[in-house]
Amino acid sequence: MTDLLTPGEQTEPPASTGRRSSSGTLRFVLGKLGGAVISVAFVAALGFLLFRVLPGDPVLTMTRGRPTTPEALAELRLRFGLDDPLWKQFLDYVGGLFRGDFGTSYAYSRPVGEMILERVGPTLLLVGTGTVLAVILGMWIGIRGAWEHGSRFDRTTTSLALTLWSVPTFWLGLLLLMVTGNLFPSGGMVDPSTPKEFLPQLLDIGHHLVLPCITFVAVVYAQYQLVMRSSLLEEMGADYLNTARAKGMREDMVRRKHAVPNAMLPAITLVFLHLGLVVQGAITVETVFSWPGLGLLLYEALSYPDLPLLQGVFTVLAGSVVAMNVVADLLYRVFDPRVRAV
Amino acid sequence: MSQTPSKQTPGALAWARRKEAASRAWKQFRVQRSGLAGLIALGVIAALAILAPVLTDSDQLDVTKVDGPSLGAPSGDYLLGTDENGRSVLLLTWWGARVSLTVGLSAALLSVVIGTVIGVLSAHFGGWVSAVLMRFTDFFLVLPSLVLAIALSTVLDRGLFTIILAIGLTSWPSTARLVRAQTLSVEARPYIERARALGGGHTHVITKHVLPSVLPLVFANTTLAVASAIIAESTLSFLGLGDPTQVTWGSMLKSAASNGAVTTGAWWYLLPPGLGIVAVVLAFTLCGRALETVLNPRLRGER
Repeated sequence: MTDLLTPGEQTEPPASTGRRSSSGTLRFVLGKLGGAVISVAFVAALGFLLFRVLPGDPVLTMTRGRPTTPEALAELRLRFGLDDPLWKQFLDYVGGLFRGDFGTSYAYSRPVGEMILERVGPTLLLVGTGTVLAVILGMWIGIRGAWEHGSRFDRTTTSLALTLWSVPTFWLGLLLLMVTGNLFPSGGMVDPSTPKEFLPQLLDIGHHLVLPCITFVAVVYAQYQLVMRSSLLEEMGADYLNTARAKGMREDMVRRKHAVPNAMLPAITLVFLHLGLVVQGAITVETVFSWPGLGLLLYEALSYPDLPLLQGVFTVLAGSVVAMNVVADLLYRVFDPRVRAV
Repeated sequence: MSQTPSKQTPGALAWARRKEAASRAWKQFRVQRSGLAGLIALGVIAALAILAPVLTDSDQLDVTKVDGPSLGAPSGDYLLGTDENGRSVLLLTWWGARVSLTVGLSAALLSVVIGTVIGVLSAHFGGWVSAVLMRFTDFFLVLPSLVLAIALSTVLDRGLFTIILAIGLTSWPSTARLVRAQTLSVEARPYIERARALGGGHTHVITKHVLPSVLPLVFANTTLAVASAIIAESTLSFLGLGDPTQVTWGSMLKSAASNGAVTTGAWWYLLPPGLGIVAVVLAFTLCGRALETVLNPRLRGER
């Protein structure tokens, strides 16, 4: 939130002077990829550190509040390899990651990797639909608000964005559930009684998707709007806009062809930088609506608490956000000739 | 050394100048209606929260000592109805403000202190210190902070301190970037060079010159950080990671959701804690934005 409201510092300054060359691009890409590998390795190490080193005894954490015997505890310790020296545990863990093996869930006795994999689809569906809608809505409002800077539309939408920004996601979800009553299903993704054919399934999923999607969009769109608005405002006074107007261009063409494309670039970077917020939204929305995605899996893992599962979800969520940011960095270079060729 | 008419010591002179700057900032803040509204709202809420033990009876929060109906609708006895244990929702919301505000303020303070230290150090020392610290900051900036906070509060023992730690340790990177940028611009000014030439060491430059000019911005940033810390606190409590012995707005919403307030339509249980969060977060955000316009030279003239 704080960084959303103070945009500016994040964009990297254009690379130092030098001719555009393919070797420079290659070096840039390799550098970014190298940085990405280091970051993902950091995430993996952090995951290990958090769940094996920090708590005094993971087995005690997991069995907190449940009756156990010393024998059962010793058995658990053996199963998770907790009696091995730390360096061996770490090597086992890293080796497992390379093979796609995230260990075994404590609560469900199933491979964590398998459980994560079956939850990826629903999350992508929810987050994908929600993000597309939020981006369209936010950019549209942001562009119009900035162009009519100070108008009633601008003032109303900015205050609305700030208010929605202050609303906790889960509370909004609960309110929507209460207000709509039986209009929409209260949770899950598909009703088990729905026929297994394609169309009924699709309709049912769509029906289940409405409320989670609205909640997600309501919370996430504000950042796109505010970023787009301030980014376009910075372009508003630019000379090239007056040049375009002097050429006799119509006002909305000036906006569409000249101002918006330039304002879009910082907005794209910031949007990628705030992917963490999207993940955050997914966790709370999925928890409220029992949407069977990664966020709900995280909730199930933390309420048990099932440390191997939690560790797996943590690594996957954090790792993918880090990876997406590298993609954003690379895309930025493709989109913005100023960064590429200065 | 007698240019100053009133023969003040350098320290007193500096304080007088700061006082003047503060009153100038206040004048600029005062004209921003939304910021002022936020400040007034915060004052009222804070006063209510502090005075809660004086104005209300904390016995009514004890499940064993209350006799209200379970999930009762608002009535003359219970203006905002009751929760599943028959406690007054009005009282719970009132007392919940205390914990939510405490956690929000302490977590924001922790995060801002970490961010300021890292930002100032990395800008002041430059070189490899800066490179390492900024790499570290960028890594945490990108990492989804709620996921990290969830992980931290799951593995540590439940309690208020854990929540504060989990939020504070995960939300500092944006402050660090901001402070670093500001420190860099301060240190490029000639008076820092003069201080160095006169023999000022690192400690002198940082505490006497860098910090005083960075702190106003940090203050504005803290106000915004409290807003996000309160949201984070309520989310963590809602997920069941809060201190089970404390009533917070997040934990109230959690028990409301798990005791069927949504399906039975017990709006009096769902609305007050949520509105409390929105009011406080909005007030802090408005204050913070107004402060930023006053104190952040980059934003002056905008908006």
